[in-house]
Amino acid sequence: MSETAIELIGINKSFGAVHANRDIHLEVPRGTIHGIIGENGAGKSTLMSILYGFYQADSGEIRIDGKTVTIHTPNDAIAFGIGMVHQHFMLVENFTVLENVMLGAENAALLAGGISDARAELDRLEKEYGLEVDPDAVIEELPVGLQQRVEILKALYRGAEILILDEPTGVLTPAEANHLFRILRQLKEQGKTIVLITHKLREIMAVTDNVSVMRQGTMVATRKTAETTVEELAELMVGRRVLLRVEKGEANPGDVMLSVEGLTVRDSRGVTMVDDVSFNVRAGEIVGIAGVAGNGQSQLIEAITGIRKALSGTALLDGQPIGVTGSADPNELRGRGMAHVPEDRHHMGLVLPFEEYENSILGYHDDKRYISGPFLDMDAIRDDARVKIGKYDIRPDNCRLKTANFSGGNQQKIVLAREMERDPSVLVVAQPTRGVDVGAIEFIHKRIIEMRDQGKAVLLVSVELDEIRSLSDRILVMFAGRVVGERTPEATEGELGLLMAGVESQEAAE
Amino acid sequence: MATPYAKLPAWVDFGLIPFINLLVAFIVAGMVVLLVGESPLHAATLMVKGAFGSGEGVGYTLFYATNFIFTGLAVAVAFHCGLFNIGGEGQAYIAGLGVAVPCLMLDSFLPWPVVFLVAILGSAAIGAAWAFIPAYLQARRGSHIVITTIMFNFIASSVMVYLLVGALKPKGSMAPQTRTFLEGGHLPKLDWLLELFGASIRSTPLNVTFLLALVASAVVWALVWRTKLGYEIRTLGFSPKAARYAGINEAKIIVITMMISGALAGMMALNPIMGDQHRLQLDFVTGAGFVGIAVALMGRSHPAGIIPAAILFGMLYQGGAEISFEMPNISRDMIVIIQGLVILFAGALEHMLRPTVSTLFASMKPSSMTVDGAVAGDN
Amino acid sequence: MEFFGLIFGLNVFDSMLRVSAPLLLACLAGLYSERSGVFDIGLEGKMLAGAFAGASAGYVSGSAWIGLLAAIAASVFLALVHGFASITHRGNQIVSGVAINFIAAGSGVILGQAWFRQGGRTPSLPNEARFNAIDLPFATAISDVPFIGPIYSGLISGHSILVYFAFAMVPITWWILFRTRFGLRLRAVGENPAAVDTAGISVIWLRYRAVIICGALCGVAGAYLSMAQNAGFVKDMSAGRGFIALAALIFAKWRPLNAMFACLLFGYLDAVAIVLQGKEIPFVGHVPVQVFQALPYVLTVILLAGFIGKAIPPKAGGVPYVKER
Repeated sequence: MSETAIELIGINKSFGAVHANRDIHLEVPRGTIHGIIGENGAGKSTLMSILYGFYQADSGEIRIDGKTVTIHTPNDAIAFGIGMVHQHFMLVENFTVLENVMLGAENAALLAGGISDARAELDRLEKEYGLEVDPDAVIEELPVGLQQRVEILKALYRGAEILILDEPTGVLTPAEANHLFRILRQLKEQGKTIVLITHKLREIMAVTDNVSVMRQGTMVATRKTAETTVEELAELMVGRRVLLRVEKGEANPGDVMLSVEGLTVRDSRGVTMVDDVSFNVRAGEIVGIAGVAGNGQSQLIEAITGIRKALSGTALLDGQPIGVTGSADPNELRGRGMAHVPEDRHHMGLVLPFEEYENSILGYHDDKRYISGPFLDMDAIRDDARVKIGKYDIRPDNCRLKTANFSGGNQQKIVLAREMERDPSVLVVAQPTRGVDVGAIEFIHKRIIEMRDQGKAVLLVSVELDEIRSLSDRILVMFAGRVVGERTPEATEGELGLLMAGVESQEAAE
Repeated sequence: MATPYAKLPAWVDFGLIPFINLLVAFIVAGMVVLLVGESPLHAATLMVKGAFGSGEGVGYTLFYATNFIFTGLAVAVAFHCGLFNIGGEGQAYIAGLGVAVPCLMLDSFLPWPVVFLVAILGSAAIGAAWAFIPAYLQARRGSHIVITTIMFNFIASSVMVYLLVGALKPKGSMAPQTRTFLEGGHLPKLDWLLELFGASIRSTPLNVTFLLALVASAVVWALVWRTKLGYEIRTLGFSPKAARYAGINEAKIIVITMMISGALAGMMALNPIMGDQHRLQLDFVTGAGFVGIAVALMGRSHPAGIIPAAILFGMLYQGGAEISFEMPNISRDMIVIIQGLVILFAGALEHMLRPTVSTLFASMKPSSMTVDGAVAGDN
Repeated sequence: MEFFGLIFGLNVFDSMLRVSAPLLLACLAGLYSERSGVFDIGLEGKMLAGAFAGASAGYVSGSAWIGLLAAIAASVFLALVHGFASITHRGNQIVSGVAINFIAAGSGVILGQAWFRQGGRTPSLPNEARFNAIDLPFATAISDVPFIGPIYSGLISGHSILVYFAFAMVPITWWILFRTRFGLRLRAVGENPAAVDTAGISVIWLRYRAVIICGALCGVAGAYLSMAQNAGFVKDMSAGRGFIALAALIFAKWRPLNAMFACLLFGYLDAVAIVLQGKEIPFVGHVPVQVFQALPYVLTVILLAGFIGKAIPPKAGGVPYVKER
């Protein structure tokens, strides 16, 4: 048996124009825990999906135990002893633990034999690794931590020697996460090889032997965990990017226009996504919310703009309540001067099959100036759309074209034009430059600063740290649903990176 | 969602591909004709001749088309909101009451225009009411509207049988139907319209409801594409998330859309009852509610497509009747097959040929074929 | 008392069994398909196609069994069309089901007219080409035993073999669903196809198998209509049974044993409606037959509205599976 459990050589994978994995090399020694860390979109999950047979690499070689293998389907991966715990669990919710563990590995056409085998095997695994779980419990009645344990059991039941965990702690409480780490260490002692994908530095430091850092589709470094520091990793992860230069004068903050107090939001599964968040945004300043995607930013924005109900807390728009826990209505808030550029441009900010001019009134479609008698005033709407097209340099300059046919940058300009040209008092902007070309980024950034200089209160959410740093007057960092720190734009990338990875600054200083 | 969004010229997307789908449906239908030992080409000639060869044929074709315009519009309006109203049949059937009751009550002393007006309102109101319950259950309790509207078709049928063998049947009569309406319950024919085109014929059932159907088409077009309500309906139909963002009340729009859909289906009852039979009888809808599904799919839910699609099906109904004289093997049931094939190829399999056409275009013009990664993205 | 004798009479239960057998077959057919995540409102059409093919082949061959095979083949063919549209091409399952209903409704009459020239009917089947009532062993022998005798010989015995098949399919379906590997995977794929896919099982092939079983059972249901209950095919002879079966499936919350009870209930309503025609119900008076006819649909709507329990369909039902990421 080779000492190297997994070896990836020159893996490349593109999706259309996006080069998700670029000439990746990776070696994972047997019986170790190997961390792979990187920001969202760095290509970690793509790489692991290639290893598990979800995708085929465009080029490159995979060696398991020193032997070159081809993995076309999850079945192949399972046969080579690879198991995967997905970020979103692949469990049948109304099945029992036993049924889920057996699914796809039933041993025989009839279940009876398989059931007793599985029961015995679960019993053994429970004894060996302390993976306790009631085999007859129904998945949907189990807490998330136990559901994840079932995923691990599934992999072990199939004889996995290599276990890949994709962001395993995203849904866990700290106590559950610690328990998971204990289990992982135990598995390692039994000779299993573990690959842990995460964006949390603390986890890397706590549990891994080696760590590889990915950035923008490439593997930038591999270190022994004992010989590196969180600072070094944070820097490798974020990279030393040239700060985009944005001409920006001093902020001139005025009255508080938006204030949020003790806001808590749960998602449909009952998981707390926003946890007791409070902050203010003043007229004439840009407040940036930094953080890795999925730390509650989306839910925070949706609650403030009236799209999602909050569990508790209050929010005031220009001193008047928004009604975040009940009565909030996006339309009414728009009327009161709140503009919202949503992060999900394709499904929320725009209706892609609509013609451009139709999208230029989305949310403002009952405004008097667009209505004449019982009808929409098409001339007024189209004239208005043409003016915006000119002012925002939207191309092609044809308001009768389907929105789906515009490029990402121009689609975003359509949304910005709609939201900014209404003279709002508060502008909430989420991921303003996601999927947008460089030329448009500069334009969008300029417009956001102009808004500030006109005395609007701007709340900016972005996972692009550069963007946050170059635009914001104050920076809040969100992690696990909470605001974990406030910094000035002068804060270093390393400092912000640590906060974003859930490492408190005191800890880092030690 | 499922298929990557490959950009094709609009005329391919909205013209060529639907046309090819339709062609495939008719080729398969032709094969069925061949199977029963007749010539598809001869059958097609007979059909076109039967439908358009005489003023009488045209009259019947347009009479049937009138029904299908209403039911096609009904299905289309619901489609725009992302709803599948399979209950047009039942809504039209029960709305027969909204036509027959005013006629029975008013026909002896009021002129037809007044009775017509009341009947229009009556049929629309009852059709809307019959659609309201499934709509409300969908909007408020999440009951699948396809299933509830199917159930409501059957319930409507039971209600109508009950009424027609009971309360609505004149005493002493055996037939399950109302009495024949007097003059006030008869709609004027449109023979003059046909005569304008030089056809001089004996009377056909084509009546003023046809004009009402054209008006309804215009109204639906204006409603869907020119009013705030239509804008909200389409936003919700394309993207519930965008609707929520825009502050559109989802439940309200679902209920209103379904009621409009039900009202349109209901108005279909005017045509056979007041325009032709002059009484309410069992099963007068004869599947027109279901033909509406094929018409809406074929007409791409736009009145400009629905009217020709309805006329095509009117032609199939009328021409099909003509064929059966000369080809005893081919009865009107052939139309039911064609209807099914159109729904299959223009609806369920509408994307089947898209990749092929895309590749074809790609090989002809490589530069025009870019896969829009932004649209093909997640979710 | 005469009233109770009427509605609880042996003959009512006897006809209940006859009426519910095809419902049950179609309902179980739908159960396989919908449990796998493929909605099917084309049960009606598949049944009709089966009825026509069965009667035609039965007449031509003179053999009931060949007729049954033809019925199954025709219905499975339509099921495959549904699979092709909704599994392979990820088309709208409702639209596809509607299409199949029409294609089947038209084809039977057109082909029937072309082949037999009896206005779309098939010729009357001779006895040997039908599934006749069979007497179970000792039916006559114990018919005089009090209580058990009449029930055994009068109610249980004396049905077509297809009736016994339909009721036998209830425990068999239960067993397949909950005791076999195929059943486990079938239930899983209707709830979370991604879980099945990551477990290395083909979602497409699994769903096709479910759809084929659905077709086969609808074929048997159709054969029962034209070769057991009647002696030949007539236009629209399924008369909405496919939709009642769909209602029963919802009513049964997609469970085999419940499906049997739902079909028996709907069958009973049908049987009772016939004996009560023109008769008074105590304290209620005259109840029109249409009330009984509409009752299955009304009950289903009430159930769907969530007023009596909650009918939760398989989670992935109606949604084509697209590999994500």
